[in-house]
Amino acid sequence: MTDQEPPTTRMNMIQAINSALDVMMARDPDVIVMGEDVGYFGGVFRATAGLQEKHGKTRVFDTPITECGIIGVAVGMGAYGLRPVPEIQFADYIYPALDQLVSEAARLRYRSAGEFISPITVRSPFGGGIFGGQTHSQSPEGIFTHISGVKTVIPSTPYDAKGLLIAAIEDNDPTIFFEPKRIYNGPFDGYWDKPSQNWSKHPAGEVPTGYYKVDLGKAAVVRAGEAVTILCYGTMVHVCIATCAELGVDAEIVDLRTLVPLDIETIEASVKKTGRCLIVHEATRTSGFGAELSALVQERCFYHLEAPIERVTGFDTPYPHSLEWAYFPGPVRIGEALKKIMKDA
Amino acid sequence: MASEHPRANLPTLSLHVPEPKFRPGDAVDFAAVGIPPAGEARRPDTAAHPGDFTDLAYTLVRVLDDDGHAVGPWNPRLSPDMLRKMLRNMALLRAFDERMFRAQRQGKTSFYMKALGEEAVAVAATHALDPDDMCFPSYRQQGILITRGYPLVEMMNQIYSNRGDKLQGKQLPIMYSARDHGFFSISGNLTTQYPQAVGWAMASAAKGDTRIAATWCGEGSTAEGDFHSACTFAAVYRAPVILNIVNNQWAISSFSGFAGAESTTFAARAVGYGIAGLRVDGNDALAVYAATLWAAERARTNQGPTLIEHFTYRAEGHSTSDDPTQYRSAGEPNAWPLGDPVRRLKDHLIGLREWDEDRHAAQDKELADLVKAEQKEAEKNGILGHGLHQPLDTLFDGVFEEMPWHLKEQRAQMLAEETASGRPWDRK
Repeated sequence: MTDQEPPTTRMNMIQAINSALDVMMARDPDVIVMGEDVGYFGGVFRATAGLQEKHGKTRVFDTPITECGIIGVAVGMGAYGLRPVPEIQFADYIYPALDQLVSEAARLRYRSAGEFISPITVRSPFGGGIFGGQTHSQSPEGIFTHISGVKTVIPSTPYDAKGLLIAAIEDNDPTIFFEPKRIYNGPFDGYWDKPSQNWSKHPAGEVPTGYYKVDLGKAAVVRAGEAVTILCYGTMVHVCIATCAELGVDAEIVDLRTLVPLDIETIEASVKKTGRCLIVHEATRTSGFGAELSALVQERCFYHLEAPIERVTGFDTPYPHSLEWAYFPGPVRIGEALKKIMKDA
Repeated sequence: MASEHPRANLPTLSLHVPEPKFRPGDAVDFAAVGIPPAGEARRPDTAAHPGDFTDLAYTLVRVLDDDGHAVGPWNPRLSPDMLRKMLRNMALLRAFDERMFRAQRQGKTSFYMKALGEEAVAVAATHALDPDDMCFPSYRQQGILITRGYPLVEMMNQIYSNRGDKLQGKQLPIMYSARDHGFFSISGNLTTQYPQAVGWAMASAAKGDTRIAATWCGEGSTAEGDFHSACTFAAVYRAPVILNIVNNQWAISSFSGFAGAESTTFAARAVGYGIAGLRVDGNDALAVYAATLWAAERARTNQGPTLIEHFTYRAEGHSTSDDPTQYRSAGEPNAWPLGDPVRRLKDHLIGLREWDEDRHAAQDKELADLVKAEQKEAEKNGILGHGLHQPLDTLFDGVFEEMPWHLKEQRAQMLAEETASGRPWDRK
C-alpha cells in the first residue's frame, strides 16, 4: 500500500481486473493488452471493457484465434521491451500455447543468462461451476506449477485480484494469472442451488481505485483458527469458509494466492499450530498441486501432525456438464474430509 | 474382405507416403529440379500488392548465371568492396564451421552444426539488413553473428561451455544469444522464434520505431503450428518482418516431401496468407541480398511482411550427431544443381577482375589461421568436460529475477552434497 490511501469503491472481480489493467496502462506506456475479443468488444467476460477506447487500438487489440501465436507474439514483444498482458479466453484453451510458455517464456531468462526476459502476464479465466462443460471449466494450474521459471497466481477476491494483477504486471518474470470465473460476480459458498451472492457486501469488494500491489508469494490467513489448517485458493476459499461456518469447525483457512513462489512460512506456522491439514482444490487429484502441498507439509510438519493430511479435489475425470456438481468438491466432500481429519480430536 | 467391401466397383484407398528420389548407393540426377535461368524473374515495385506477383513464389529469383555474371532486374549492383566483404564472411563462416566441427570430433565439445552449402543464406541476408535490425534465427544462421562482427572467441566460448561463456554453460553448443548484436536467444524447439519475431516487429511498429525484424526456420519446421500462427499474425497486422524459410532439402533424415514439397513450393505458403512471397536461389549470394533488401524496404515502408524461401542444399549432416550416409545418396551434395555459394560468388568477383585464385587461396589460409588463433584463445578458458567451468551455484541463477525459497533450499542442498562428498569438484 502506498502512504496515501487512495479512495475506494465497490467492485466485482471483473471490474477490479479491468481497473488493474487501466491503472497499469496509464502508468506504463509499455503495457499492452491483447487476446481474442478483448479489443472493441472488451472481452467475453468484459474484463477489458473500455480499455481500447481509452488507451488506443495499438495498445489494446483483438488477435487471431491462435493461442500459440498470442503467447509467441507476447514473448517477442517482451524481448522488444514491452510488458504484454495477453488474455487466453478460457484456461481450457491454453494448451496450444504450452510450448511458447514452457520452452520460451519460462526459459528465456535462464537460457540467455539474463540477456532477454519475458515480463508477460497471461490472464485466463479458469475453474468450473458455471455449466461450462469440459472445455470451459478446467483448472490446469498444476501444469504450470511444475514448470520452472513461471509464476502462478490465483486471486480469490476483487481486492486481491487487482493488487496481485498489478504486482504480476510489474514483475519481470512470466506469470500465469488464473481468474476463478465462478466468483467473478460474487463469493460462492458451494451450494449451486442457493441464491447467488455478489461482492457488494463482502469486505474485499471494497477496492482502491488507484494503484496498489498485493505482493506475489504471500498467502493470506482469511480465517484464524486452532483445530485444523485448510490450504486452498480461488473459488475454494469461499466454499471452505462457508463449510467451516456451517459445521462449526474452528479451522485456520489459508488462501495461498500465489502457488509459485509459495508462502511456505505461513503454511508451516499454521500446520504446526493446528496439527492437522486439509488441502482443497477444484483441479483433478492425481499429480495436482495438492500433492505438492501434501508432500511439503509432511516434510516440514510431520512431527506436529495428529492426523493424516487429507486432500479434497475434483475427481480424475474430465469436467462434466450435467454432473458438474457431482464433480465439484463442494461442502459435502469438504465436510466428510473434515470429519475424518477431526475424528480423534 | 474385398468382396464384402460396400464399394466393390471402386479400387480400395491407398495411403501416399513420400519417398525421396535417391537413397544411399543411388546415382544422383537432379535434372527434374526446375532451375529457371538467372535474370528471368521480374522485380515488382516494393509497394506492389502481394496478390499481383504470386508467380514469384513458384519460380526462382536468380542473379548469378552459370558463367558468374550478375544479370537481370534483381542484380543489386554491389561495389567490389562489398562483394569481397560478403565473400570473406562466407569463407570465414566455412572456416569456422570446419574448425568447430573438428573440435567436436576431437572431444572438445558435445555438439556442433555446420552451415556448409548454406553460407549465402545468412551472410548475404545480414549484409542487406541494417545492423540494428533484430534477428530471430534458427540454429544454422551463425553467419549472422559472423557478418555482424560478433567475436569468434565468444562463439567458441559458448560452444565449449567454458569459463568465458556468457551463457554460463546453460545452453547447448551453438544456441547463441547476443542481444547487443540484434541476435535473439536460439531455441532448440523449432519455429518458436517465428511468432516471436512477428511480436517484436509488431512492437517496433506500435512504438513508431524504424527497426524491423527477420526470422529463419527450416523447410521441415514450416509444418509447426508456430509457423502458421506467425504468418497469420504477420499478415493481419502487416508486421515489419522478413520470414525466411531455408529450404535445404533435408530435416535430419526427412526430405522436404515430408513438409509438403511434393505438392507446392514453400514460398507458396505466402500466397494463402496474402503475404508477399519470393522464392530465391539460396546459393546465389546476390539473389539472397537483393531479395532481403527488397523485403526490408517493404517492411520499412509499412508494406508488411515478406516470406522468402531460400532454395539451397544442406551439404553436411544435420549435426555432429547425424550421419547422412545412412539415408541419402552420398552423391547429392556435389550434384546439387545450384552449386557452391562460395565458389559462385568467388567466380563472379574473378569475372569482374576484382579477385583471383591466388588471393582467394591466401584469404582461405588467413581465415583458417585466424580461426585457429581464436580457438587457442577460447581454449584458454577451458573446453567442455575438462572440469566444471562455472561456479556450481550458477545452476540456480536466472530461473527467476529473484530466487525464491525453494530454489535457495535446493542450492543449499547441492552445495552441502558437494562438501559431504569429500571430493569438491574440479573447477579448472
